[in-house]
Amino acid sequence: MEKLVKQAIVALNGDEAVALAVKQCDVDVVAAYPITPQTIIVEKYSEYVANGEVQTEFVCTESEHSAMTACLAASATGVRVFTASASAGLALMHEMLFVTSGSRMPVVMAVANRALSSPLNIHGDQSDSMAERDSGWIQIYVENAQEAYDSIIQAFKIAEDVGVSLPMIVGLDGFTISHTLEKVEVFPQEAVKQFVGERPLPSVLTHEGKTVPFKLDPKNPMTMGPNVSPNFYFEFKRQQEEGMKNALKKIQEVNTEYAALSGRSYGDGLVDAYRLDDAEIAIVVVGSTAGTLKVIVDQLRQEGVQAGILRLRTFRPFPVEELRNALKSVKIMAVMDKSISFGGFGGTVFTETRNALYDAKIRPTIVSYIFGLGGRDSSPHDLRKIFEDLIQISKTGQVETQVRYYGLKE
Amino acid sequence: MSREKSWKEISIAGVCSKSSVGFMTGDWKTYTPIRDVAKCTKCLTCVMFCPEAAIKWSPDIGDIEFDFNFCKGCGICANDCPTKAITMKIEGE
Repeated sequence: MEKLVKQAIVALNGDEAVALAVKQCDVDVVAAYPITPQTIIVEKYSEYVANGEVQTEFVCTESEHSAMTACLAASATGVRVFTASASAGLALMHEMLFVTSGSRMPVVMAVANRALSSPLNIHGDQSDSMAERDSGWIQIYVENAQEAYDSIIQAFKIAEDVGVSLPMIVGLDGFTISHTLEKVEVFPQEAVKQFVGERPLPSVLTHEGKTVPFKLDPKNPMTMGPNVSPNFYFEFKRQQEEGMKNALKKIQEVNTEYAALSGRSYGDGLVDAYRLDDAEIAIVVVGSTAGTLKVIVDQLRQEGVQAGILRLRTFRPFPVEELRNALKSVKIMAVMDKSISFGGFGGTVFTETRNALYDAKIRPTIVSYIFGLGGRDSSPHDLRKIFEDLIQISKTGQVETQVRYYGLKE
Repeated sequence: MSREKSWKEISIAGVCSKSSVGFMTGDWKTYTPIRDVAKCTKCLTCVMFCPEAAIKWSPDIGDIEFDFNFCKGCGICANDCPTKAITMKIEGE
């Protein structure tokens, strides 16, 4: 095991932590458009550029669609690229998200998760990136500012791996993480540069019959983003799926490697289990709410209740095996979604979790809680009631409502 | 017929492993440009306007040449010819 690197303790909010991580990763191009609650990332980074603290080409675009297009084009030249967005901005990128993943460009994007209009709301929920579930981007969600910093550094190493070669979203809850000042341990610049290294490039066979690094280079011309007919389109989609499968392993490897330097790890990188070993009731959740729930689990444990938490850190690729394994002792659970899939059967994370557990040896009872939409607060007092609901189900064996709206004015 | 390559054998992201020079897009055409040599002043307007670069100036012969493997018969050359030296005819007429 490598020796831990000495780190400085600084006060940063989640957005500032992201900007600092990007600075330390020696990023070549940042093309972005500011939007609440991601704004601080772009503001802070433009300060770094103005002060000459980074060598990054900073592209101010007229829209998020252009920002993602610029990122795709820059990434095609083989350099390291970052952007950030949220809510309507991410939605405007929608088309280019698919082009970027289909082109296998490892752009890293921080999404300060925010509600979508209408009605207009700038506050935190996860509707924006959950709506991009099928866009071919790796998605991880963090619990706090420290993890936001750590995950951005990890993201470049994961996305740029030649077996993965996929873009990646790091989601941080709007305001709860993006704007909240926290204590963050940060590496010296050199340690991050060494950890992330240079961007490796996969090899491709060009029309000239040469096998060359995958980048736009006048010395080795190649056609990128061509029209592909029904005879081969399907094959390229299957390749993307393989990249996702490889990402499952890579996320775990990078989590372990990073822990050896920092002393910090987030479960296995895919799922972050808290007091789940013998848990009979549990909550599955994504993002910052896990922090509050852990406090409640500690209280319940003192009262003799076998409760636990599974924070789903990686949402895409969906870690089926790891999730099933972590929840194997659980009999009754709630899955909390900070987004809503209209007309669906419960929230998106609920649907996928339930799907993963269909083949479990002992199939648990699972209920869906939609909560926190548009920044609706979820206090420790309120969240405890969800565990109480689960205890009630364990006593009666009855599930009266499978899909519930938590914190809603009824 | 040879087996087509699997998804594991092809380069990622649709990078072309063959040149498009092999695709004879001239097969698509309905109309063919016919030049009246007497009217042609070799001004090369057609060379500049051809969207497929299928009309070339050949210095060896001091004249223009049509590459019918790639001429799609769009008629832009005929439309832009200042002396109306090019007319579009249905093939075989």
